[in-house]
Amino acid sequence: MIWTKIKRVFRAGFTSFWRNGFVSLASVLVLIVTLFVIGSLIFASATLSSTLTQIQNKVDINVYLVTTASEDDILSLKKTLEALPEVAHIDYISRDQALANFKAKHQTDQLTLQALDELGDNPLGAVLNIKAKDPSQYEGIATFLNGKNALSSDGNTIIDKVNYLQNKIAIDRLTRIIQAGQKLGFTLTIILVIISVLITFNTIRLAIYTAREEISVMRLVGASNRYIRGPFVVTGIFYGLISALVTLVLFYPITFWLGPKTENFFTGINIFDYYKANFLQIFLIITLSGIFISAVSSFLATRKYLKI
Amino acid sequence: MALSDVSFKVHPKEFVSIVGHSGAGKTTLLKMIFAEERPTSGRVFLESVDLQRLRRKEVSQLRRRIGTVFQDFRLLPDKTAYENIAFAMEASGRTDEEIAADVPHVLELVGLGDKVLNFPRELSGGEKQRVAIARAIVNQPDILIADEPTGNLDPINTLDIVQILKKIHELGTTVILTTHNRGVVDSVGGRVITMDTGKIVRDDKDGKYIL
Repeated sequence: MIWTKIKRVFRAGFTSFWRNGFVSLASVLVLIVTLFVIGSLIFASATLSSTLTQIQNKVDINVYLVTTASEDDILSLKKTLEALPEVAHIDYISRDQALANFKAKHQTDQLTLQALDELGDNPLGAVLNIKAKDPSQYEGIATFLNGKNALSSDGNTIIDKVNYLQNKIAIDRLTRIIQAGQKLGFTLTIILVIISVLITFNTIRLAIYTAREEISVMRLVGASNRYIRGPFVVTGIFYGLISALVTLVLFYPITFWLGPKTENFFTGINIFDYYKANFLQIFLIITLSGIFISAVSSFLATRKYLKI
Repeated sequence: MALSDVSFKVHPKEFVSIVGHSGAGKTTLLKMIFAEERPTSGRVFLESVDLQRLRRKEVSQLRRRIGTVFQDFRLLPDKTAYENIAFAMEASGRTDEEIAADVPHVLELVGLGDKVLNFPRELSGGEKQRVAIARAIVNQPDILIADEPTGNLDPINTLDIVQILKKIHELGTTVILTTHNRGVVDSVGGRVITMDTGKIVRDDKDGKYIL
């Protein structure tokens, strides 16, 4: 009997979805807007947090060493630094390497190359590029370098310049901007989600309001509350399912179109690739939100007319 | 107050007509029988069941034993005639086989042959009321309550509906009918309860329409 009942409730729900085509269409469209906003929230937060990580990864400390520093001193400094727990890894660019890099960079700039030739000697010092395990640890490494730890064997400092402090201000500011943007965007989207959920709820409530007479008739013929409510909830589930599928399909061309643009603008994330890579997760979030929002709306809307 | 100091008893398989002007309390009285309204004081019993003490679930079970027909038909607009009748059986948990067997049977009883797949909006008033009666009796209720069933119908349809109600009564169902149509009461015969401003003013075993 329970199967017969479930079958009947589903059939009645589907029939009413089909026969009230226009009401269903309106509800599905409103739900699509809601789900679209939820989906955009997912993409926006993925883009922003990936951008933030990318920028934070770009942070490093360049230690420019004096030209007179001996190879031994440099390597021992590198060793001391590597022993620090905060340091992830260090690139050593020797004087010759630095010169080669410089020449490669100014290949087309004959004047600069000529000037370099006239100098005769290599004017560039060696460079140590330090990557920390976490962006917050650069402060500590910078302090360490400014202390007395980088002296050569004869007591003179071998460090010409540490460029961390100059970059730091710019990087901190950028990080703050992105974080503020993320917070603002998140708040706005949450408000949008709330508004669209309320609109969806209201649309479904209006659709059921037109059925209040029917509900009272069903009660008169002795249908139980659960049996009356079931088809409405099933119709709600259909709304959710269909609008979720439409939303997911819509995201395909949209992310495909936006993908290359976001890749250029926000470093390193292509939302089309992100969509494909996380499809299952996004599918579940969108579909379950759609079903949840509309089924719960139907459930609550029928409550009033069932005199519970 | 719609009703005061009303007391009467209906016997099984009786045909009772309740007459009175609009606002006399006929509809309120009927609503108490199918537990839509509750008296502020006093009791309504169906057999030995006190209707005031029923819980919600028991109310819907009670209503499967009482068929109801109204002046405004109260059909489900999104369901066909067939589905309207089948819904009452589905709601009381009948099997698909029972539904397939019983629905054509009651449709024949009320004389609605070829319009079973039409929606209520495609039916005339008389046809709608036939569907409503078919829905009310398809579960073989103990009682059929008809609240002004002919109020919206022309004389010919009125006569037909009265004939159907009489046939249902002859098949062994208790019928309680309210009306203010003299012709209906006179053609039904039987017991007539006359109401005025919430009170029973006459209760005649073999009554006529007297106001």
